[in-house]
Amino acid sequence: MTDTAQAPETTKADWTSDQEPRWCPGCGDYSILTAMQLMLPDMDSRPESTVFISGIGCAARFPYYMNTYGMHSIHGRAPAVASGLAIARPELDVWVIGGDGDMLSIGGNHLIHAMRRNINMTILLFNNQIYGLTKGQYSPTSEVGKVTKSTPMGSVDQPFNAVSVALGAEATFVARTHDMDRKHMQETFRRAHEHRGSALVEIFQNCNVFNDGAFAAITKKDKRDSMLIQLNHGEPIRFGADNEFGVTSNSQGNAEIVKVSDVGEAALIVHDENSENPSSAFALSRLASGPYEPTPVGVFRQVQRPEYSSAANQQIEVAKSQQGPGEIIDLLTSQPTWEVT
Amino acid sequence: MTDTISDSGARELSRIIIRFAGDSGDGMQLTGERFTSASAIFGNDLSTLPEFPAEIRAPQGTLAGVSAFQVQVSDHDITTPGDAPNVLIAMNPAALKKEISKLEIGGTVIVNQDTFEERNLAKAGYEENPLETGELSNYTLFKVPMTSMTKEVCKEIEGIKPREAERSKNFFALGLVSWLYQRPMEPTLDWIEKKFGKTPNVVQANNAAFKAGHAYGETTEAFDYSYEVKPAALDAGVYTNVNGNTALSWGLVAAGKLSELQVFLGSYPITPASDILHELAKHKNFGVATFQAEDEIAAVASAVGAAFGGALAVTTTSGPGVALKGEAIGLAINLELPLVVIDIQRGGPSTGLPTKTEASDLLMAMYGRHGEAPMPVIAPYSPGYCFHAAIEAARIALKYRTPVMLLSDGYLANGSEPWKLPDVDSLPDITTVFTTEANHVDEDGNEHFWPYKRDPETLARAWAVPGTPGLMHRIGGIEKEDGTGNISYDPLNHQRMTDIRQDKVANIAADIPPTWVEGDLDADVLLVGWGSTWGAITSAAKQIREAGHKIAHAHLIHINPFPRDLGEVLSRYKTVICPEMNMGQLSKLLRAEFLVDVKSVNKVQGQPFMTTELFDVILEELT
Ligand code: SF4
Repeated sequence: MTDTAQAPETTKADWTSDQEPRWCPGCGDYSILTAMQLMLPDMDSRPESTVFISGIGCAARFPYYMNTYGMHSIHGRAPAVASGLAIARPELDVWVIGGDGDMLSIGGNHLIHAMRRNINMTILLFNNQIYGLTKGQYSPTSEVGKVTKSTPMGSVDQPFNAVSVALGAEATFVARTHDMDRKHMQETFRRAHEHRGSALVEIFQNCNVFNDGAFAAITKKDKRDSMLIQLNHGEPIRFGADNEFGVTSNSQGNAEIVKVSDVGEAALIVHDENSENPSSAFALSRLASGPYEPTPVGVFRQVQRPEYSSAANQQIEVAKSQQGPGEIIDLLTSQPTWEVT
Repeated sequence: MTDTISDSGARELSRIIIRFAGDSGDGMQLTGERFTSASAIFGNDLSTLPEFPAEIRAPQGTLAGVSAFQVQVSDHDITTPGDAPNVLIAMNPAALKKEISKLEIGGTVIVNQDTFEERNLAKAGYEENPLETGELSNYTLFKVPMTSMTKEVCKEIEGIKPREAERSKNFFALGLVSWLYQRPMEPTLDWIEKKFGKTPNVVQANNAAFKAGHAYGETTEAFDYSYEVKPAALDAGVYTNVNGNTALSWGLVAAGKLSELQVFLGSYPITPASDILHELAKHKNFGVATFQAEDEIAAVASAVGAAFGGALAVTTTSGPGVALKGEAIGLAINLELPLVVIDIQRGGPSTGLPTKTEASDLLMAMYGRHGEAPMPVIAPYSPGYCFHAAIEAARIALKYRTPVMLLSDGYLANGSEPWKLPDVDSLPDITTVFTTEANHVDEDGNEHFWPYKRDPETLARAWAVPGTPGLMHRIGGIEKEDGTGNISYDPLNHQRMTDIRQDKVANIAADIPPTWVEGDLDADVLLVGWGSTWGAITSAAKQIREAGHKIAHAHLIHINPFPRDLGEVLSRYKTVICPEMNMGQLSKLLRAEFLVDVKSVNKVQGQPFMTTELFDVILEELT
């Protein structure tokens, strides 16, 4: 639509709408918004060709603050709405915004099907492990035993691991970042956006009102070195203040944290995001069972697979070239006809 | 029925009602369709009623597995598949047992004699062979060993084993009935060639069976003479035999052409609507995009997304699907985006009678969403009219930026009729113009795009699609300020927006034809119908007139809003009778809207009204 080559460069202001953000003061959503508005000017995107689609929840207010096209739809359905838009208008940059309740609970079905179809959209899952908008019920990512208004004696549900779900749903791009590190978010969003197909980014996001500090044990500045495991493609997986820890694959094929000095660097997993087989990425996603153990962040998986709307539109082009662009009269006479005089 | 003898020696009939019945695996739908198709090409008027079991493979030979196809063929204009069949073709004992009570007394029964053996009789629940007991003495019975004769003629065909040959027995039946009613053979032979051309020995077997059936009728002395139903005096024009789902699909594709927009269908498989998805998927060369979603909600949600992108968005389903789509339809009402929602109604509630017809979703279409959520509702009245109804739904949706509910039903969906092709040039122009420039200037002279700025006449809001420079905007399901579209929780604004959404739909009344009334305008009794009851009401009204009474018939295509003159039309008659395939849903609306004491006539038996049923009710009211 727009000739991006000649379009003037954009600044953060071009991506910022005239609406005042209305999240609680101190909410992690602010830093995600800023990271997005700072990242987009670096891309060859245009505001008029960019669409943010959201469901319902605190995170779902996001589109109002972006000076792009946007739709604040209904609870859970954003990936489905975005699918229709991305198929009808494959040239657009479509982003999907939602929280853990929106996308993993009421909208779980749409999320997994969007990923398996590989429809071109970038999905940002703001995971704060709580229902914020409805004032603090446990969510499908809350830890077992979570005491909330709806679980006064503690929740008894096993939570989802969003990265594991995405990998199991045949996603072609899966990454994780967190709201305390703007640079990391920008880099992760950029990578996700550049991916052709559906890309899922889980963002650990602090809800300082209903679940404050849920990720503090791993995302606080002084904890990051020892608790966040940065995945770098092609490099052995190491972490720790002095890179003293590493990740190996044990005899069962599970990922395991080891001291590099015990096993030697050669024994570590060399991260391969492009591996067709998702087993290794899945094993990495299972390293931590919650945000209180060393947790991998970065890109878990990026593989190429035909993108849905391209494939679907290809069929339309083939049909047009084989049958010619249809005329109404061709339709009406596509079954036997007879004439009455 | 007339009973003259034509030059060919065949007796002439003005109309004939034939019912083909057999096991689901016997190919009765196909047989019925072929007979219908040949009759259509011959020039008869006709109307069909396919009836199949809900189970895909019910146990063979049982009553549950019986599949039937009724067709009325006529030399004059008809509107229903007829009440009691004159002829029943029963391919097995279960079909005979299940269907015989429908046959007119004195009617003809043709059975496949070979199947009347112990096992099949037992499965059908016959203790004795009904062909021998005399219990069929009220009918003219023809016992034809169809299976064995089919096997016999296929013996010589290379590569066809006796078991495979047996499968062609429905073509034997078709051949016999084609002779009996002097149908042309060529259309069927051509069709067999086209359909089975890839497997030449199957073509040979089917041809052989078909010809053998035909020859059996002609040469054996079982049948005294054949019958003939002359072509009907239809209006001049080119015709095709079409069912409602096909016509509806063509209407959607045509609406895409007429609006110059891409048709996007978001759909999830459901009986009896899936055939629309199948038909649209065939027309990709028109640019049609079909998306088989993961569920009903995703189907409608994807359509809302496509509408936001500027497509002519459609979602197709049946009642249970509409129930699931309610929230997203409400979203489209709030977003004021065009969307065509198609409900092919079936028996309910819940799974109900998935393969049977009913028209019990009207109140759901009107009110089945939370909040004040009005949407236009339209209903086709015949299979062919589904084409025009689809275009009308798209026209209203696009012009007024609103979802529109189109209510068809299982009977229209699968029933077929000869349909005169419309003149393509006469179809409405429904081209839509997107907003491409700022539409508001503020006090300081700055230009803005206001997504909820309206056309003062239609109240339709401005529609700017992503990709348009300078018009970036956000819309959502939260209440918004009129004009700017910004979120607003202001109490008076919500009242105003609710009023606007209501007025917008109500004002469509100025843009639709007045009430369609036929018959005696000076009658005391008015029949009011909607949807597929048109055929039965029309034919009952005709018989009432033939019996010397006056009667008028109003049939509603637009149900929300009603035609402007409807209240006045209703007030002209002493008695208003409303036959419906539900428990009185339109009657409720008419009473509520116009304070008219409507007499409601109801039927929810999974089958359309019979002409006689309505005739009796009306006559009682008249006398
Ligand atoms: S409730 Fe929590 S997630 Fe929602 S805006 Fe407030 S801090 Fe953010």
